[in-house]
Amino acid sequence: MKLNPAQIFIGAFLINNVLLFRFLGLCPFFGVSTAVSTAVGMSAAVMFVMLLASWVTWILFNTVLAPLGIVFLRTAVFILVIASLVQFVEMFLKKYVRALYSSMGIYLPLITTNCAILGVTFLNIDYRFNLLQSTVFAVGSGLGFGLVIVLFAAIRERLEYAPISGSFKGYPISFVAASLVSLAFYGFAGLFGVSL
Amino acid sequence: MDWSLTFYALAGLGGLGVLMGVVLAVASIKLSVKVDPREERIRNALPGANCGACGFPGCDGYAAAVVKGEAPLNACTVGGPAVTARIGEIMGQEVSSEKAPVAVLICRGGKEHAADRFEYAGTYNCRQAALLLGGPKACVYGCIGMGHCAGVCPVNAISMGPDNLPDINEAKCTGCGACVRECPKAVLKLLPRQKLVYLACASHDRGKAVKQVCKVGCIGCGLCVKNCPTQALSLVNNLPVMDFDKCIDCGICVHKCPTRSYVDRAKGRPKAVINKNCNGCTLCATKACKFKAVEGEPKERHKVTVDKCIGCGECVKVCPKNAIDMVGALGHSSQAA
Repeated sequence: MKLNPAQIFIGAFLINNVLLFRFLGLCPFFGVSTAVSTAVGMSAAVMFVMLLASWVTWILFNTVLAPLGIVFLRTAVFILVIASLVQFVEMFLKKYVRALYSSMGIYLPLITTNCAILGVTFLNIDYRFNLLQSTVFAVGSGLGFGLVIVLFAAIRERLEYAPISGSFKGYPISFVAASLVSLAFYGFAGLFGVSL
Repeated sequence: MDWSLTFYALAGLGGLGVLMGVVLAVASIKLSVKVDPREERIRNALPGANCGACGFPGCDGYAAAVVKGEAPLNACTVGGPAVTARIGEIMGQEVSSEKAPVAVLICRGGKEHAADRFEYAGTYNCRQAALLLGGPKACVYGCIGMGHCAGVCPVNAISMGPDNLPDINEAKCTGCGACVRECPKAVLKLLPRQKLVYLACASHDRGKAVKQVCKVGCIGCGLCVKNCPTQALSLVNNLPVMDFDKCIDCGICVHKCPTRSYVDRAKGRPKAVINKNCNGCTLCATKACKFKAVEGEPKERHKVTVDKCIGCGECVKVCPKNAIDMVGALGHSSQAA
């Protein structure tokens, strides 16, 4: 794939947003988007883990799985590696980087093998990205996740106080709002000539 | 057949598994951080679903918040009362279900007292019926009485009584509020469990309109408001609103109400008895008693007519000689049940 890093970033960040177009990581999208503060913490954790996981799985795939010809094991291997990695990072942060841990550490176990994380690592492989492209793609996806979940949390905070009929209160109106946000993001298709 | 691929697969996945296991095992020892042991015990008592229903990020987050005292002990709805009790044990705090509110029906218009507007022939369900002109009952505020609440109660505390009104078993009710959320007429409310007196009518109509549709509906006459000794009641939109902070559960409103729209949850109330210290000042009879239960000539010992005394205790407050005793205990129905 002949794409420069900027195109990859825009593609992952806006056009093929991991939440709204790939439909990955929808559980936190509805689970922790009730308040902006939790959404920010969650998206910080997702960005962090997404980047780490992309690096580790890319290296593992290209140095172990591909040379040995066992690429069919990537689902199992990636889940294993990401889960262990997240556990390790959580323990490490808890011990040495207390401030970072208290701001996002509690969200780490929730995204142990979040489908958004796993999806991005698979896409890195499927698109045959090199390490730099993978990094850009992971950062873009992570930021895209953060952007949408924080935007959506702000919408849901306002929905709390909106006069909504009883049967639509809670999740139903959230789903409607999510679809409208998704439609709005369609407007980014073809931005800067990118359609990844 | 070439077995090398199988070997690579086994070695690759197995090797990675062992490697990760060892790394995590070492890390858990090397990187261990001392936490409040209660946190870990609470974490183990929780279901571990990490559902986030408590409002905290996962069970770990909730456990940490409980230990810090930032979270209520009963926020885990998945675990329910059993988990709440365990957490209470660990934290050394009493979490009794007595503190939980109790659901009450704020309508007394059963089929004997409240008329119907039309014959409803649809699905026998409150929410369905409510969609059709607000239900068959003539009073649009009242309980439809098709037992949707009884169906949704997770602890089977609600059964439908003979008058087609839900009968809430207060001993079983955990105050979860499921029925309150489901009731299409919003005639179920959560009441603090220690609260004894409440108004069981939701009608904002004027007195005449209420009279036409229901024999036990509040007509907004305001007698309760006038007689309340602590000014806990105020009339808003033809319906008395009770300030729970001011209300002392004396029960005067219950007995003054001409339509019997109030409910008294007390199983029994004490009676006033005047002892020989009475000097016949008549204060209790003239100033305090709103039910003409005290009789007697001035300067002679007064007497309480037991049938008329409601046990509100107002006379005790005005007696200058401490000559009045309240005999008998105030019975909470939740204790009796």
